[in-house]
Amino acid sequence: MRTITRNGVRIDETFAEAFPMRGTALIVTAPSKRWARQAAVTMTGFATSVIGCGVEAGIDSEVEARETPDGRPGVRVLIFAMSSNDLQTQLTNRVGQCVLTSPGSACFADLTAEDTLKIGDLLRYFGDGWQISKKFGGRHFWRIPVMDGEFLCEAATGLTKAAVGGGNLLICGADYDHTLRAAEAAVDAMNQVRDAIMPFPGGIVRSGSKVGSKYKALHASTNDAFCPTLRGAVKTELDDDIGCVLEIVIDGLTEAAVADAMRAGLAAIIKLGPRNGARRVSAGNYGGKLGPFHFHLKDLLP
Amino acid sequence: MNPLVFTLKVTPPQRLDLSGLLPHLLNGKSSKDIAALEIGTTREKVTVGDLFRIRSGSADEIRFETGSERFDGIGQGLQGGRITVAGDVGINAGRRMTGGELIISGHAGPYAGSGMAGGRLEILGDAGDFLGGPREGEVNGMSGGLLLVRGTAGQRAGDRLRRGTILIEGDAGDWVGSRLIAGTLVVLGHVGANPGYLMRRGTIMLAKPPTLTPTFIDCGHFSSAFAAVFGRFLLAESRGAARLLRAPLRRFAGDMAVLGKGEIFVPA
Repeated sequence: MRTITRNGVRIDETFAEAFPMRGTALIVTAPSKRWARQAAVTMTGFATSVIGCGVEAGIDSEVEARETPDGRPGVRVLIFAMSSNDLQTQLTNRVGQCVLTSPGSACFADLTAEDTLKIGDLLRYFGDGWQISKKFGGRHFWRIPVMDGEFLCEAATGLTKAAVGGGNLLICGADYDHTLRAAEAAVDAMNQVRDAIMPFPGGIVRSGSKVGSKYKALHASTNDAFCPTLRGAVKTELDDDIGCVLEIVIDGLTEAAVADAMRAGLAAIIKLGPRNGARRVSAGNYGGKLGPFHFHLKDLLP
Repeated sequence: MNPLVFTLKVTPPQRLDLSGLLPHLLNGKSSKDIAALEIGTTREKVTVGDLFRIRSGSADEIRFETGSERFDGIGQGLQGGRITVAGDVGINAGRRMTGGELIISGHAGPYAGSGMAGGRLEILGDAGDFLGGPREGEVNGMSGGLLLVRGTAGQRAGDRLRRGTILIEGDAGDWVGSRLIAGTLVVLGHVGANPGYLMRRGTIMLAKPPTLTPTFIDCGHFSSAFAAVFGRFLLAESRGAARLLRAPLRRFAGDMAVLGKGEIFVPA
């Protein structure tokens, strides 16, 4: 594969192939930062990949108290799914089980769009007839009595069909330590990008997959071409100086957000350089035939 | 664009029905057409031209340079645009309006904002009885929008309120929020007897401690993000209301003589 070298890091002339998704954004607030974070972490837990979790979700950013609708500390959460139905089901379950239940929490829409997803409009029934509807300033809220007071929840939130999922970087380094350092630097930089999340643990996935398997029941299996321990046994993509590969997957509310996140990640990896971090960066695709969004690494270089 | 301006030439000889002078009805009409509109309410015919000097302009904003207690139905059925009155108005101001903005710098008679469903009505002076309430034979009062009274309100303000927000910065008379169905009513001044009389659902917020009937039950300290969110919404309209909502609140549920799912908030 042709490569471009920047600050000693080889960048493959390839592209990340991404797919259209449905997405939404919420702000979860609580009396303290700790409990706002707790509610957000809980509701975005077990949401790494649509394949096994139904949705991909993550924390976009923390929101200062003065910028939240109720003046309390908040966290902005993004949730993505392959269909509007899946997103609606997961949204109801996750807000209902993880935010409604979290001490002192409130839940607000943070995406304005023509299409909507219900939140409070469904969760209100938990109030068993004591729920109170409030409409003012063009917004609709439900107040649901709970044991610590009231759960305030926006009736609905916006749904975007222009979300993009599956942007990615494959970070290749000499060994585990160097590769992880580069991946961590990249995730830290990408976390600063608005409207994008990295849904895997800490933003990083070590078990990249390929389409298909030798076992009929499985649709995906380990990406053997990037597994260092198999380099002699399979048709490998790895150079002799690569001993470890980590991947970062990005979902964004817009195509631009995914591109911005990838750009920020690439810049951080390149800045770190091959001595301290990664020796090479690649990206995953399926030949360009499956996903309509192609993020070419050479276009995203600093 | 210049507004369309009406200036009163003589004291109205009879009560006037100004419900025809709305932006969506006057748009595209010439001054001559407007001058010919009948606004009388008796057998004596009265036209706009008889009483008003008209300065032509865009009907999206209509301005009455003078007011009169005989101006009835001003802004009645307003759908959009803006009407301002530099003075007093009579009954039914902003009745059944669904959008736009109506600003009255003087006092308004009874039934101001009666059955309004949207938009913003601001009365800088006092309002008469039945603020936002239904007229005879109607089931619901105000069902949306924002109704602000900077002065006082008469009796039964917010009668049969169903949705929307009423804010009275001054005092309100007896039976404030009577027969409330839902919606929110805030009074920063003192209220008369029997606030929330027969209210089913909905919210009344009273900055000055009222005397409640025994059919309102103390629910103790109120803790919810709602107060903060609503307070931020009202901050743009009224500092006093925002201050009320920042302070701790106590909740009373009622009216237990009926459904009892309403609430009255008072400072804790």
